[in-house]
Amino acid sequence: MSPPLLEIQGLRRTFGHLAAVDDVSLTLEPGVLTAIIGPNGAGKTTLINLLTGLLMPDAGTIRFKDQDVSRLPPHARVRRGLSRSFQIMNVFPNLTAQENILLPALARRGRTHRAFRPLEGEREAFADAEEILGEIGLWEQRGSRVRALSHGDQRRLELGIAVATRPELCFLDEPSSGMNPVERQAVLGLIRRLSAEGRTTFVIVEHDMDVVFSLSQRIVVMNRGQVLADGTPAAIRENRAVRETYLGTET
Amino acid sequence: MGTLAFQGLIGLSLAMYLWLISAGLTIIFGVLGVINFAHGSLFMVGAYLAFTFYGLLGFNFGVAILLSLAGVALLGWVMERFFLRALYGVDEAYQLLLTFGFVLILDDAVKLIWGGVFRIPPIPAFLEGSWFVVGRPFPVYNAFIIAAGAGVGIVLWLGFERTWWGKTVRATASDREMANAIGVNVPRVFSGVFMVGAMLAALGGALGTPVRVASPGLGAAMIIQAFVITVIGGLGNLKGAFIGSLVVGVLSAYGTLLFPVFELALIYLIMAVVLLVRPQGLFAR
Amino acid sequence: MGTEGADAATRRRGDMAGRAGLVALVLALLLLPLVGGRYAQYVAMQVLILSLFALGFNILFGYSGLLSFGQAGFYAVGAYGCAKLLLLKPSLLFGVLGGAALAGAAALVLGVLCIRHTRIYFSMLTLAFGMMIFSLALKWQSFTGGDDGLVGIPRAPLEIPGILSVDMTSLGRYYYFVLVVALLAIALGHRVVHSPLGLTLQGIRDSETRMAFAGVPVRRYRLIAFVVAGLYAGLAGALLPPMENTVTPPVAHWSTSADPVLATLMGGVQSFAGPIVGAFLYFMIKDLLVRFTEYWLICLGIIVVVLVMGFRGGVLSLVEGRWRARRRGGGAR
Repeated sequence: MSPPLLEIQGLRRTFGHLAAVDDVSLTLEPGVLTAIIGPNGAGKTTLINLLTGLLMPDAGTIRFKDQDVSRLPPHARVRRGLSRSFQIMNVFPNLTAQENILLPALARRGRTHRAFRPLEGEREAFADAEEILGEIGLWEQRGSRVRALSHGDQRRLELGIAVATRPELCFLDEPSSGMNPVERQAVLGLIRRLSAEGRTTFVIVEHDMDVVFSLSQRIVVMNRGQVLADGTPAAIRENRAVRETYLGTET
Repeated sequence: MGTLAFQGLIGLSLAMYLWLISAGLTIIFGVLGVINFAHGSLFMVGAYLAFTFYGLLGFNFGVAILLSLAGVALLGWVMERFFLRALYGVDEAYQLLLTFGFVLILDDAVKLIWGGVFRIPPIPAFLEGSWFVVGRPFPVYNAFIIAAGAGVGIVLWLGFERTWWGKTVRATASDREMANAIGVNVPRVFSGVFMVGAMLAALGGALGTPVRVASPGLGAAMIIQAFVITVIGGLGNLKGAFIGSLVVGVLSAYGTLLFPVFELALIYLIMAVVLLVRPQGLFAR
Repeated sequence: MGTEGADAATRRRGDMAGRAGLVALVLALLLLPLVGGRYAQYVAMQVLILSLFALGFNILFGYSGLLSFGQAGFYAVGAYGCAKLLLLKPSLLFGVLGGAALAGAAALVLGVLCIRHTRIYFSMLTLAFGMMIFSLALKWQSFTGGDDGLVGIPRAPLEIPGILSVDMTSLGRYYYFVLVVALLAIALGHRVVHSPLGLTLQGIRDSETRMAFAGVPVRRYRLIAFVVAGLYAGLAGALLPPMENTVTPPVAHWSTSADPVLATLMGGVQSFAGPIVGAFLYFMIKDLLVRFTEYWLICLGIIVVVLVMGFRGGVLSLVEGRWRARRRGGGAR
């Protein structure tokens, strides 16, 4: 039995008097596409920020691949294989799509500090970028500046940057937010495809129940900073507590 | 011992000018998120205007100060309303560059308008003379400055904590979208705050009229000191600005007395130490 | 497909025009001492020095997103450093490269203090530290000569022990030295900017958070950019003492820090050549203004305000826009 990918123990983070994440313990296994859901203010975003290094915990530990990463800065976690995408798009607006993907590719290969060789000479990074641009369907637009891309394309680019670091665990924060149904299906298909490749385990934070139930193999429900329920989609659908506090308000 | 205490009092009165300009700078940053590089120039314009009204035109000292405040408030309004406001959505660097452009304009404009060096006008009659403190003559005017500075501190504190306007400003400072959503006219708050900040700087300059000659280099000298104080006290932090001003003012006074050559270096050294040890400022939240 | 073809063709033609212009310019600079007098060489040297100064500044601002108002501090360390070294051992390379290295070291030390803050705070800190160096230059009489500065700095011979020793007393010889150093430094800068490091810095400018999540330790790279800018400022400053035989405190003043800022704003922040073009423009405009009015700072201030309010891309972006529009107007839309 391989060790769990991510082990969270007693994680806690307060803001003033409010415990945004309150004694959360969780284990993530590789290959299981997990969704984290919960009403607004449940602590989902805070949890992701704690796991990815944007916030430091007040208490508790985070073990990734059996190493304590609780207090490591984001870039150190990314180097170990833990990355994320953002809900509010966080791409490199003045660069081309290709350059957006090149950067994490270069970083992964440790080439970002090279100052005296031309960028074009980085064949491996370019090959990586080509592969990813193909996967996310943006190869044709690789030379376009991000500003010129449609919203849906930018979202796919956002996803591409997250997976370009070839993470083993990738958190997607509301990956389909602000999309029309067509774009949403495209993104979901992409996530499903990438997940099926087996290289990366995805954890998505989502509000859209259709997305959640169609994509995930496991659902974690949060409320008021704590884990309310945790199980397969079927089990969650049946769970009374979940229905009362959360699903009851959704169609 | 007496010398030290006396020099400390001198430093205290020096600190009050620094407090006035730093308060304005830090308030503007706290609410608008802009570091106004031209704040020292506003201080200087306040000094020149007060000098003109009081020293050249013979107005009553109090009236001269009020007119100077009005003039700089108008200048500040123009700067914010017609220039800075257009850049709020743009990269902050350009807001800084804009205020930098204003420095170039204002610092030369005072040379153009007022020309050469002037004599210092006399201290207003009712503030003349000295009190004897630890056996030395301590100018009454310095005591007045200390009182004025403390007074401004109290007014600001009351203004921000107790008045409706103060609460509105604080709400806007902490979350401008939220304030907008509950109906606050954010652009108008910004203009108002900028004008208040400008007036504080102008007051600092104006109060210095009977003791310091207004010169074109005054703006640059003041802004650097205001920056150092802000680093020490923390940006956007009024209490920090006050304590920082005390530190810089009193230390400058001691520096002039004890280590004349390295007086300025001492201030920068403190700044560097604060940056190393507590980068966000001594009083940051 | 048609538009992409037209865009690529436009770019290619632009590249060729740019390259031709560059060759012509370098040729003109090489021939200058033969056709121009002392004054022309003097002006050209100063423009080249400002180009280096502005180039370094823009690696920090245009490419990394960090606006520094204190670059004159490193310019001064380069100048005073070179002067001191030349007074110690009159060897040109020793002085110039040594001065630049000292400036780089100063940038490393100060950078550690400044780099960990938000951008606005950073800008404020650079102004303060720049003026700190100015007050040091002014007050530390015994070392820097105070108000009078350092004098009698030799235009030392260019020496590589064992290989050559070229006397530099003639202005023309020194001009070629400055030209070669400047061209090499510019070429090096071009390399750096178009390397993986250059792209990394641009990524940091565009989104630091995203860079962190791409696996890049952002602070370290900000420091690298700061040191590079300091090295260029120091190199520029170090070329001054042998030219003028003297160094005085104003080289460290914030008004000197303003020179690369204004030059880059005028020429264009978003391109490599912007600071260089801007250096030339700035010099010409300043020279012109000074002839007409005593109050040239107001004019410069107005230019800054106008540029910031309406022309943030500087001259080069205007030119590029006009060029593109003309091509588009001629071909299919």
